[in-house]
Amino acid sequence: MTSSAKSNLLHFGMLAGLVILFFILPIYHVGVLSRVMVMAIYAMGFNLLFGYTGLLSLGHAMFFAAGMYGFGLAIKFGGFPVPAAFVVGLMSAALLALVVGLLALRTAGVAFMIVTLMFAQTAYLVVLYFGKYTRGDEGFILQQAERSLFGLDLTSETGRYFTAFTLFAVCFIALAKLVQTPFGKRLVAIRENEERARMLGYDAGRYKLYALIVSGTVSGLAGVSYALLFGYIGATFSTVQYSIFPLLWVLLGGAGTTIGPFIGVLFMFYLIDISSGYTNAYMLIAGVVLVLLTVFAPKGIAGTLKARAFPWLP
Amino acid sequence: MNILETKGLTKTYGGLKANTDIDFKLTRGKVTALIGPNGAGKSTFVGMVSGRTEATRGSVLFEGEDISHLPAHRRIQLGLAYTFQITSVFRGLSVYENVELAAGRTLADRPSLLKAKVNSVLERVGISDRSNQISGDLSYGHQRILEIAMGLAQDPKLFILDEPTQGLAETEVDAFISLIRSLAGETTILLIEHNMKVVMATADFITVLDQGMVLAEGSPEEIHENAAVQSAYLGTNVDA
Repeated sequence: MTSSAKSNLLHFGMLAGLVILFFILPIYHVGVLSRVMVMAIYAMGFNLLFGYTGLLSLGHAMFFAAGMYGFGLAIKFGGFPVPAAFVVGLMSAALLALVVGLLALRTAGVAFMIVTLMFAQTAYLVVLYFGKYTRGDEGFILQQAERSLFGLDLTSETGRYFTAFTLFAVCFIALAKLVQTPFGKRLVAIRENEERARMLGYDAGRYKLYALIVSGTVSGLAGVSYALLFGYIGATFSTVQYSIFPLLWVLLGGAGTTIGPFIGVLFMFYLIDISSGYTNAYMLIAGVVLVLLTVFAPKGIAGTLKARAFPWLP
Repeated sequence: MNILETKGLTKTYGGLKANTDIDFKLTRGKVTALIGPNGAGKSTFVGMVSGRTEATRGSVLFEGEDISHLPAHRRIQLGLAYTFQITSVFRGLSVYENVELAAGRTLADRPSLLKAKVNSVLERVGISDRSNQISGDLSYGHQRILEIAMGLAQDPKLFILDEPTQGLAETEVDAFISLIRSLAGETTILLIEHNMKVVMATADFITVLDQGMVLAEGSPEEIHENAAVQSAYLGTNVDA
């Protein structure tokens, strides 16, 4: 079997597994998986920029929040139907990514990290400043009637699970394909050696901007999905904590791999979930496990599997 | 016809003049070697030609077109290829993927042509048996050869090689010489080289730089006889 056949099998097998899990898992875990799949979309968006293009952004929460607020405010104040608000959310994130990209990509390395961090902090302050509409830290709720999509009841576990699954599956397959295209390979080239890529005639600046726009838009889609499925929109999602999460998820799962982001989110979620069942100091346990993983498996779970046992892993 | 021409090309770093008013012409289809002692400004010069270094003043004409203000990637798209003095490959990718990226700029949307191109280039430079190896694991000599392969894969009109044989073993140098000879007529080559054996065996023309200025130009025989060149290299006047 060729490696591309193997990776197709892995990808579709994983999606089939997620469908089966819905029918065999207890309801609590079904709810967990819905949340994990939405956050995995966020992690995959981040992974395109960090794992494939080699750009470390510390401000991705602003794109998540742009999608979330674009969607939520369009419904709350614009009276938009859900599909139109969905598009507004995506456009908000894409536009923000374009503007941030044009400015932040003038820097590189540590400066890029700082600049994206500052932009995200500004975005957070903007959310608070317009507290009259955004309700600041307290946030606001979208009622069931305000977020029914094509007659689906998104407050039921079934409706929520399969909507999350569909959105996740589309992003998962699309991104897995994207990184195999010439465009995706050039992003990897830029990650590996930007100067060499430029001296092969590739406009590295333009590729990085495109990568940031796609990454920001996918992260925004995660924000839209979260608001759509869980009905809550709040400033917490634009804090620096939510910029660090995708970095942790991707590092744990395996940067620059297709399945890494999902694995990372799943692992971290259950790590906290299980350890909090034993002790109040669950963050201590989570912290120790994270340190151990970083020391002994710096390439993350999928990255280590790829290096040790499955070189075909996409 | 001249494929490349520079007029009054100058680069100053603060008060230091790295290149001063270099007027240079490159004949199409020939191998031209650029030689000179360390610090003569050879790398600065090709840096300004390829677009990696911004010129302080002067112009660069490629096929009659002024490319002085084009960014490096646009110049490469016009048909320049460049190999770095310090080996620069995609270390985490396989040999095949490295060459695929080089050829892929123009052939990415024609997969079968791309594949044939990559394989033929790997065959030509003699590393096709290593195509699945991660390039960072290759020996230094093979990395240099890979970088030349990446240049060739672009079918360049002008191929600039910055000290390609530096650090190569004697047998590898011989292989390099025959590779360059086999390219004669196919493309134009600008070779920066310290190894005089390579220069004498491959160059049709030689330009000598010294202290950022053109010291001499001519055929290998003329340069060989040139007293000024000998004095620049040996630091003394040959007659003295």
